[in-house]
Amino acid sequence: MKTEILMPSLSPTMEEGSLAKWYVSPGDNVKPGDIIADIETDKALMEYESIEEGTIVELVVKEGTENIKVNSLIAIIETEGGEGVKDENNVVTKKDEVLDINKSEEVLSAEEEVRSVTANLKDEKTIKQEVNQNESISELTVREAINSAIAEEMRHNEDVFLMGEEVGEYQGAYKVSQGLLEEFGSDRVIDTPITEHGFTGLAIGAAFAGIRPIVEFMTFNFAMQALDQIINSAAKTNYMSGGQINCPIVFRGPNGAAARVAAQHSQDFASLYASIPGLKVIQPFSAEDAKGLLKAAIRENNPVIFLENEILYGKSFQANISSNLVIPIGKAKTVSTGDDVTIISYGIGMMHTLEADKKLKELGINAEIIDLRTIRPIDFDTIIDSVKKTNRCITVEESFPVCSIGSYVGSQIMIRAFDYLDAPVLNCTGKDVPMPYAENLEKAALITSDEIVFSVKQVLYKD
Amino acid sequence: MNMGVTSKKQLLELYHKMLLIRRFEEKAGQLYGMGHIGGFCHLYIGQEAIVVGIDSIKKYGDQNITSYRDHGHMLACGMDPKMVMAELTGRSTGYSKGKGGSMHMFSKSEGFYGGHGIVGAQVPLGAGIAFANKYKKNKRVCFTYFGEGAANQGQVYEAFNMASLWKLPVVFVIENNQYAMGTSMVRASSTEEMFARGLAFNIPGKAVNGMNVLDVAKDASAAADHCRSGKGPFILEMKTYRYRGHSMSDPAKYRTREEVQKIREEKDPIDTLRSLLIKKHKISEKEFKAKDAEIKAIVTEASDFALNSPEPDIQELWTDVYAD
Repeated sequence: MKTEILMPSLSPTMEEGSLAKWYVSPGDNVKPGDIIADIETDKALMEYESIEEGTIVELVVKEGTENIKVNSLIAIIETEGGEGVKDENNVVTKKDEVLDINKSEEVLSAEEEVRSVTANLKDEKTIKQEVNQNESISELTVREAINSAIAEEMRHNEDVFLMGEEVGEYQGAYKVSQGLLEEFGSDRVIDTPITEHGFTGLAIGAAFAGIRPIVEFMTFNFAMQALDQIINSAAKTNYMSGGQINCPIVFRGPNGAAARVAAQHSQDFASLYASIPGLKVIQPFSAEDAKGLLKAAIRENNPVIFLENEILYGKSFQANISSNLVIPIGKAKTVSTGDDVTIISYGIGMMHTLEADKKLKELGINAEIIDLRTIRPIDFDTIIDSVKKTNRCITVEESFPVCSIGSYVGSQIMIRAFDYLDAPVLNCTGKDVPMPYAENLEKAALITSDEIVFSVKQVLYKD
Repeated sequence: MNMGVTSKKQLLELYHKMLLIRRFEEKAGQLYGMGHIGGFCHLYIGQEAIVVGIDSIKKYGDQNITSYRDHGHMLACGMDPKMVMAELTGRSTGYSKGKGGSMHMFSKSEGFYGGHGIVGAQVPLGAGIAFANKYKKNKRVCFTYFGEGAANQGQVYEAFNMASLWKLPVVFVIENNQYAMGTSMVRASSTEEMFARGLAFNIPGKAVNGMNVLDVAKDASAAADHCRSGKGPFILEMKTYRYRGHSMSDPAKYRTREEVQKIREEKDPIDTLRSLLIKKHKISEKEFKAKDAEIKAIVTEASDFALNSPEPDIQELWTDVYAD
């Protein structure tokens, strides 16, 4: 009988990938465990093993095809016996669908080409060309933005170096550091042992001695092991030394929930770090902000916590990719203006907020949306000016509700603009539970655009 | 300094520094009792030979980093006793403008990187300073001090691993004074050979008589040469003893008065050097008395300077949270 081989998912967040290489041809016999293909995403390259025994009948997707959706048909294998005999017509139908996708990709090929110019991080020449452009608007993923910010600052200052787990030879656990080892060498792109407490302390000591580390945490969950060094050593020494020993260091990496990785790998640490004097805390949403703010963070003479997000890494934005773009720390961005309500968010909260904004527009509600970008120090001038105009405000973030950024922002609005408020400030946050694994429970634990719409209606006293 | 041909002048310098630390710490203890020094205050009395011996072989630019028992380290590396005492008393003229206190003082010009209050945290920090030395190729060595109690912290071994892996120029100086606060080493350590704690990471180590300043200098010199030549870290276990309690609030009931007295009488590092000076260089009682007077004057001056200095301006509360 004929069995379908489908595009595999290499990670919980993978939606599509490329077929980099076929190791088999029609007519080849394969056994379970035989490598049949290389599947590549913007994060990783993985060998794909057959789970069937049989003969390859057809390779539906050609080698080199990009943007193949997870679970779409890539090959057909003739197997013996077993259950669930596939209808040949069905297979053909699916094959047609795949071909249709390929066709639509051809239509989009011009756009794709533009994207691939910025996307191809392996091509150093391409990056250098980008760097030489000023005020150049292009499509950029958050991953590319962070990568180019690091590369540009390392070119700019030889005291800047990158260290962390898998940043070098592996090219980054999330491919953020791809190509950096090749350009800067192993003296400046340093693979560390799995030893967060130790390498964080070591990097802080190096910063005390005058060089400028960028420490990548594979995720910020692992930085919990290093919290003493971050808070007691990095954040406090400038003060404790009466200003003699400062700590120019950036701690960066993915933060917050990814997808289906459960409680120990899904947490937004923004409010925890934001409570510590001596630290600066950034959580960007867009690619341009990620790049401009990371460059500012690397030039900063104080410890900066730079909170990225795995789900946003692959998201594309129109961005100014000029190497001169440095966005000042501590400035919020008013993403869209409106008179009815102020929505304050940051990081991936902005993604839900923008989605909610579409629904609000359909309801005739004009929201003013503020992306905080920097969580410490918070730009209260921008917040208060907006609230004085709209008289209503909600906050949106993915973190836990207790001692959240939203609760602090709400209290400050109460103190600074009490007489301007026509409704209490509401906080949309993640739920007050450890992140569950099951798909439905995880979804329920996170914020949704519907919850944001609901909260906006509440502060507007609308049904 | 070549320890084989130690001159009278050099030995007198070592004596001067050890005595300065001893008298300074005694004065600090007094000022604490009078309420001029607050919070925690960990005295270094008994351990003077270690920092003085190591400082004598340091080369220009070499750095030090240590824990909260740090007054001796600061005085040994040439920091001003007046400003150290001013910091102890929380005055604006202190090294940290009164914001650090006994446990948190720093001097970039003297290569002193603190003064750290979390047991063991200074060990990866010291490895990091050594990492910067290697990065800058400046041939400097970072002396990273910690106690035998801190030697049981996990991050110490994380630092050992990386220091050896990357061949960092760091001398790990384990000041083994036998008591981690009130817990004797045998009650807390599965092994007593602190110098061997780096063997699993291929870091050579040596036990040293930390009560003899010349022994300390000789072995520290060899360790520093090892690091400077690119061979990576070295561990020195300094066998020593602290006469006073862990901190000022420690009644020290975990050991007998006789135990302390015996060490003071038989192994005191200052008396040992004094005997050598008498025997080898015929230093007279009169000369020692003059030295005592000289040290007393320095300590009195430091104390007067501290107590006559103003507290920090209240505006200092808000400064130095961030560097410019």
